[in-house]
Amino acid sequence: MRERCPLLRRWLQNDGFGFEYFGNTEIGVLDMKDTYEPYVTDDGRQIGNVLMEMKNITLRFGGVVAIKDISFDIREGEIRAIIGPNGAGKSSMLNVISGFYHPQEGEVWFRGEKRKLMKPFEVANQGVARTFQNIALFEGMSVLDNVMTGRLTHMKTNIFQQALWWGKAEKEETENREAVEKIIDFLEIQAIRKTPVGRLPYGLKKRVELARALAAEPKLLLLDEPMAGMNVEEKEDMSRYILDVNDEFGTTVALIEHDMGVVMDLSDRVVVMDYGKKIGDGTPDEVRNNQAVIDAYLGVAHD
Amino acid sequence: MPDQLFFAMEVAVNGLMAGVLYALVALGFVLIYKASGIFNYAQGVIALFAAMTLVGIMEGQVPFAHMINSTFGTKIHHFGWTIPGFVAIALTVGLMVLLAWAVQRFIFRHLVNQEPIILFMATIGLAYLLEGMGALMWGDQIKTINLGLPSGASIWVEDTTESWFGYGFFLARLDILATVIAAALVMALMIFSQYSKHGRALRAVADDHQAALSVGISLNFIWILVWSIAGFVALVAGIVWGASSGVQFSLSLIALKALPVLMLGGFTSIPGAIVGGLIIGVGEKLFDFFMNPIIGGATENWFAYVLALIFLVFRPQGLFGEKIIERV
Repeated sequence: MRERCPLLRRWLQNDGFGFEYFGNTEIGVLDMKDTYEPYVTDDGRQIGNVLMEMKNITLRFGGVVAIKDISFDIREGEIRAIIGPNGAGKSSMLNVISGFYHPQEGEVWFRGEKRKLMKPFEVANQGVARTFQNIALFEGMSVLDNVMTGRLTHMKTNIFQQALWWGKAEKEETENREAVEKIIDFLEIQAIRKTPVGRLPYGLKKRVELARALAAEPKLLLLDEPMAGMNVEEKEDMSRYILDVNDEFGTTVALIEHDMGVVMDLSDRVVVMDYGKKIGDGTPDEVRNNQAVIDAYLGVAHD
Repeated sequence: MPDQLFFAMEVAVNGLMAGVLYALVALGFVLIYKASGIFNYAQGVIALFAAMTLVGIMEGQVPFAHMINSTFGTKIHHFGWTIPGFVAIALTVGLMVLLAWAVQRFIFRHLVNQEPIILFMATIGLAYLLEGMGALMWGDQIKTINLGLPSGASIWVEDTTESWFGYGFFLARLDILATVIAAALVMALMIFSQYSKHGRALRAVADDHQAALSVGISLNFIWILVWSIAGFVALVAGIVWGASSGVQFSLSLIALKALPVLMLGGFTSIPGAIVGGLIIGVGEKLFDFFMNPIIGGATENWFAYVLALIFLVFRPQGLFGEKIIERV
């Protein structure tokens, strides 16, 4: 038996939802989610057209192929998960979407248009916000200032107006401040708004980072392991926030997560990667019954 | 009160004013260091270059005159006009922005993610390049700035203090003006960085490049902005120092005085640069005043460095610098 992730395997088995998710139940029938028509989910959320499409993405670092010819799409209003064992290329994929990496081959389509070669800040200005696996906050700034930076893409006054506090500068600041206060309320971080981020515990930092990404009112929200290193309670909170965000603002979410329970509960569709290749794509039910996925996670018996 | 004490006070006040100027130069360093991690050795030369350019533009000098003349056999040196000070200052500011763009475009854009020591070496190169460029463009003779800045002692201060204490304080009018200008500049910069959109973006870049990119900040734009502001600060410093001692090469050496100021105040702190500048300014004047009779002169040359060394031993991050402690 080839054991790719002995720890993960043990955890899957002991945690109660091990084989529940990877059991040999029948493969589900094709459902609405495989068509390209807008539809309404069971819990009443509107899923629209394709928002972002990755076409035949290949990403290499020297001789290492991190992503190999992967295509998938993200539809408006859905929660899309990317899962896979360590080193499968999930974070690389997220970095391609957010413009931090540029694939050697393939195309990224956003809102029906092929994306040119863009720097990360240009991608952000297009309405793609993200969080990072190892939290990238402005440690020296207060929570409020951190979340305010999320509004930068919405602030249009130029440097001269800003420098002289002329014209629209003040009005703009007030408006954006109001938007930020709403996000702060929404994520229940009022109590720490003046605290420098560097002093916060890990779980709260993760929440502040989500707040900053949300402040941008993104069309597409990318979350790189939003629940990594959290305890069960914090995971529940974070899951609730992600669902609420999706529900209330209709924000499209693409996330990477290791916690299978969370992934299966949260997402509408799941892409599974292994060794840089896509080995599964579909609803949580389809994915957990996919033999290639089961093999990648639990290893294959050589007999 | 004895005259001796008043004399010491007068020395201290003069020290404060010198300190404001040190702070001004140090500020240019801090701005660039915070935003891009570059210790800009060229800051002093930029001040010299800015002052030379200002004088050159005001006097209608033809840039690169020597080069043009020796190539084409012409004999042009001046356009034959003079330009009023405020127009010349505006033009010089424009040129400093252009310089900021060029520095970013041709040097530091190619050095992203390099070691700090490599960035530092690049600024040394930049310093010598600019020094040569300044001489090539405007010639290397000592110039005077005729902006109509006041000179001599302030009679008003002397009279007032005379009537209050029976001891007239000697304060140079230029020093008073410089202090006011520097203080206003520092205030404006702090308000800008604290409350404006670009200021917030600037602090964001100073904190974390990756995160800054992810919220849609163009690093390139911020770096050009920072170099422009540093260029502007250098211009102000160049005007003030140039007005008191002429625009000449030694101007670029004031940058070295900013080094102990930064060690004292902390490389990453704007308030640190100000307080550090004031402490060094007052400290060296008072030390000179009290110790001169005992150990002879020339303490001003080394006092600042010794103070900075003592600080390095006991508080390496400086007064206001960030202590490098990370929550794990």
